[in-house]
Amino acid sequence: MKYILQRLAFYAVTAWAAITINFLIPRLMPGDPVEALMSRYQGQLDTTAIASLKALFGLDEHQSLWSQYTDYWSHLIDGDLGLSFTFFPTPVGEVISQSLPWTLALVGITTLISFLLGTGIGVYSGWRRGSWLDGLLPVTTFISAIPYFWLGLIAIALFAVKWQIFPAAGGYDNSLVPAFDWPFISSALYHGVLPGVTIVLSAIAGWILGMRNMMVTVSSEDYVMVAQAKGLSERRVMFSYAARNAVLPNISGFALSLGFIVGGTLLVEMVFSYPGIGYQLFQAVGAKDYPLMQGVFLIITLSVLAANLLADMAYALLDPRTRKEA
Amino acid sequence: MTAEPILTISGLNVDYGTGASGVRALRDIDLTLHRGEVLGLAGESGSGKSTLAYAVTRLLSPPGVITGGDVHYHRPGGESIDILSLTPDELRAFRWQELSIVFQGAMNSLNPVHTVHSQLTDVLTAHRPGMRAAERTARAEELLNLVGISADRLAAYPHQLSGGMRQRVMIAMALALEPEIVIMDEPTTALDVVMQRQILRKLVELRERLSFSVVFITHDISLLIEFSDRIAIMYGGRIVEQAGATEIYRDPRHPYSEGLLHSFPALHGPRRELTGIPGSPPHLSAMPTGCAFHPRCGKAFEPCPERVPVLAAPEAGQDREVACWLPH
Repeated sequence: MKYILQRLAFYAVTAWAAITINFLIPRLMPGDPVEALMSRYQGQLDTTAIASLKALFGLDEHQSLWSQYTDYWSHLIDGDLGLSFTFFPTPVGEVISQSLPWTLALVGITTLISFLLGTGIGVYSGWRRGSWLDGLLPVTTFISAIPYFWLGLIAIALFAVKWQIFPAAGGYDNSLVPAFDWPFISSALYHGVLPGVTIVLSAIAGWILGMRNMMVTVSSEDYVMVAQAKGLSERRVMFSYAARNAVLPNISGFALSLGFIVGGTLLVEMVFSYPGIGYQLFQAVGAKDYPLMQGVFLIITLSVLAANLLADMAYALLDPRTRKEA
Repeated sequence: MTAEPILTISGLNVDYGTGASGVRALRDIDLTLHRGEVLGLAGESGSGKSTLAYAVTRLLSPPGVITGGDVHYHRPGGESIDILSLTPDELRAFRWQELSIVFQGAMNSLNPVHTVHSQLTDVLTAHRPGMRAAERTARAEELLNLVGISADRLAAYPHQLSGGMRQRVMIAMALALEPEIVIMDEPTTALDVVMQRQILRKLVELRERLSFSVVFITHDISLLIEFSDRIAIMYGGRIVEQAGATEIYRDPRHPYSEGLLHSFPALHGPRRELTGIPGSPPHLSAMPTGCAFHPRCGKAFEPCPERVPVLAAPEAGQDREVACWLPH
């Protein structure tokens, strides 16, 4: 319990630092993004919008840095991340909350699948070395060595253009209204197959390789030999003694990869024009949409931190040696 | 000794690797363990002591392979089991039930992510399917008390125990099913001298109470002389001498046994000078011809490099064996 509180305190401090940096960076940037925007919108921005933009970017010279900082925090606590330029006048918070579920669903599920599948294959191929599973290893490593955008484009060229089995772009059929009903969900699943399969293919080799190598290392540990000598069933020796210890590094790797679900999917969503947060970020960069970029960065930072916290917790749960004595 | 045999090893050969790169780790081992006896197995590193223990329990990990010989276990009723031809399921049932092992790495023999309780009871779950959870816990508590650890340590993880406690947990675990044979592979080498004494005293006491047979493997022959009934001395994958502990101590017949005895200070008795053995143990891939010990032997003469001496009684009717060309 003390351990968990310590970690929580540590992450609270880190989150504070990250948010503060997120606040400072636009204020350190040269030039005046608001001027650039005003010229882009050619006078379509009204004075209140300009004032709020200036306040957001710290261009409001009447305020001290400290009062800007406290304002920034009070806005943040209200969930106010400013207004997006690309989708003006939609608030950034709303843009993010619309795209975040897509990313979380697609990349979350595929990360989970590739972790479970890869670790499972790794356990078996590490335990029964020399079986046909070892032949799978070079194949998956080869696929993961292909740059992702190329893999995605090849998948589109083959399965969406040449054979037209799956749609090439989008998260759902545009003729449907997003709702929690079967036609919409099935359409979303159907659109998710191609990006999902390519993500799993490109990620699985790492899990297999990591797990297999750890299984090989752990299999030669004395306690595995003891378990064999005790006449325990092979299942128990393999899972409870060998895999249970071998999985620990993979667990922390998995928790960290959860943090990159939000941020690390730029390529996937660009290639498949998937309406997730990476695609949103891509558009924001193209349109110099600073508030949206800032909001997305904030979400990415916080999710990486949350994943780290999760990794710590999972490790403490699974490895008694990391638990500090109370 | 007239006691009936419980484990007979005959003509056992073990190779590491096959073909041209393979080396022979055990050569024609003949050894018998009698019921209720403590058999000491001594020799330098690489002499094949641990390989013998692993081969007998079929725990050799690749590239170790048993290339010949027989290992028979004799049940108390007289029924004999050929260990080397057991099916995997029969082998699983045999292990720990009849023969358990205490391994040399006290520090790494326990699974770091499971509690002592879970590791003491899983062997009961595997071998005593009818046992209820409460009975298993009671048995685990009883076992810990047996080795002098309080029952509240059941909830502890291995890293919370000292080295001596871990090794005692391993001994408790080895006795969980009350096996007929316990093989101890250097059970005390990782521990300090005080802890070694305590553990050995505990072992002697437990053996008197539970009357199991012991194969005790160590390089510390002075320990064996005190603790075992009979001693077999190994060199270069062969047994070079086998005799009662006091006979070995008073009158070693093989020059290697003599060298070993003079390499350790005796714990009791008069002071003697420590001499050690010149040279170092042979590598398995470059085993000397004839008697493997001849390059290091001060008494080697003309048959030694030529022919392998046979393990036999030095004089007819004696209950001891030696493999040496020296006339006795």
